[in-house]
Amino acid sequence: MSILSFFTRNRSAPVARDRLQVLLAHERALGGRADLAAILQKEILEVIARHIPIDRDKVVVKLDRGDQVSTLEIDIEMPQEALARG
Amino acid sequence: MSKVMVVTSGKGGVGKTTSSASLGAALAQAGQNVVVVDFDVGLRNLDLVMGAERRVVFDLVNVVQGDAKLPQALIRDKRLETLSLLPASQTRDKDALTEAGVGQVIEELRERFDWIVCDSPAGIEKGATLAMRFADVAVVVTNPEVSSVRDSDRIIGMLDSKTLRAEAGERLEKHLLLTRYDAARAARGEMMKVEDVLEILAIPLLGVVGESPDVLTASNLGCPVTLHNPASPAAKAYAQAARRLMGEDVAVKAPEPEKRGLMSRLFGRKAAAA
Repeated sequence: MSILSFFTRNRSAPVARDRLQVLLAHERALGGRADLAAILQKEILEVIARHIPIDRDKVVVKLDRGDQVSTLEIDIEMPQEALARG
Repeated sequence: MSKVMVVTSGKGGVGKTTSSASLGAALAQAGQNVVVVDFDVGLRNLDLVMGAERRVVFDLVNVVQGDAKLPQALIRDKRLETLSLLPASQTRDKDALTEAGVGQVIEELRERFDWIVCDSPAGIEKGATLAMRFADVAVVVTNPEVSSVRDSDRIIGMLDSKTLRAEAGERLEKHLLLTRYDAARAARGEMMKVEDVLEILAIPLLGVVGESPDVLTASNLGCPVTLHNPASPAAKAYAQAARRLMGEDVAVKAPEPEKRGLMSRLFGRKAAAA
């Protein structure tokens, strides 16, 4: 490895530290309780299910935890007849 | 025909999770449809090693207990679309898993994937026995070090008695994956050689992964080494192991001690590594 590459090589330790800080901040905040995202997801689905039938196989839940903002994405397929009825 | 593969060792810290992620990624890179399942309930880490820790919503326990459907708990890798992860629960304990429940999840996974890689927790308790219970293939991860080899021997005994295949009198493929191997120290007689460990454990050799800074870099970044640095010796060892698992006849290449030049002899290992 040359002197140049010694100075320019990618250092992975700061990435590891940042990832752990974000992750552990979330885990410590939970303190063993169920994840808020999972609770939200469950309750949101219950509300929607009151109005239209939901096929649970067609519900896609995606989560991205950030250090500042987290996003919870819930994708529900709504059949045409359910919409027409509603 | 799908295959259930357990990655196990008995001893902790020998590289099960790293190897599960790397072998899973290598199989997926070879075109196979792969899911890696974390069985370490309460102490999950596969999500972190695979860089998916921010995306976990549901886990294996949720699926076993019917709180979530399997597709909702599966996390598709962002870099490799044939690779998925089924995370373990961080908030529950191992008693949340039942044999019947795990069996049902494995059956469902068999319909979707070519390979179901089960990352076993350390120890010989419930998590470890459930991880191996449904296996068709076992990868025993071992370090060339006395306690690791002893624990591997114990685990091999359990594979031969406590798995469904063993109980049915069927063959369970067992492979040895030797990790953190230091060829130079082995050559100097300071570490057991590949042949020594093979002779003691007497199961076929799947691969030898040398002690490597690339492996730490990969876990720092949350990217299996076969994806992050495919040209590195560790990635090549995992890729070759994956091809062997797929039935290809590839000779096992053990790492060789590096020839040291004048500079590295004068300034020691640091100079050789820089």
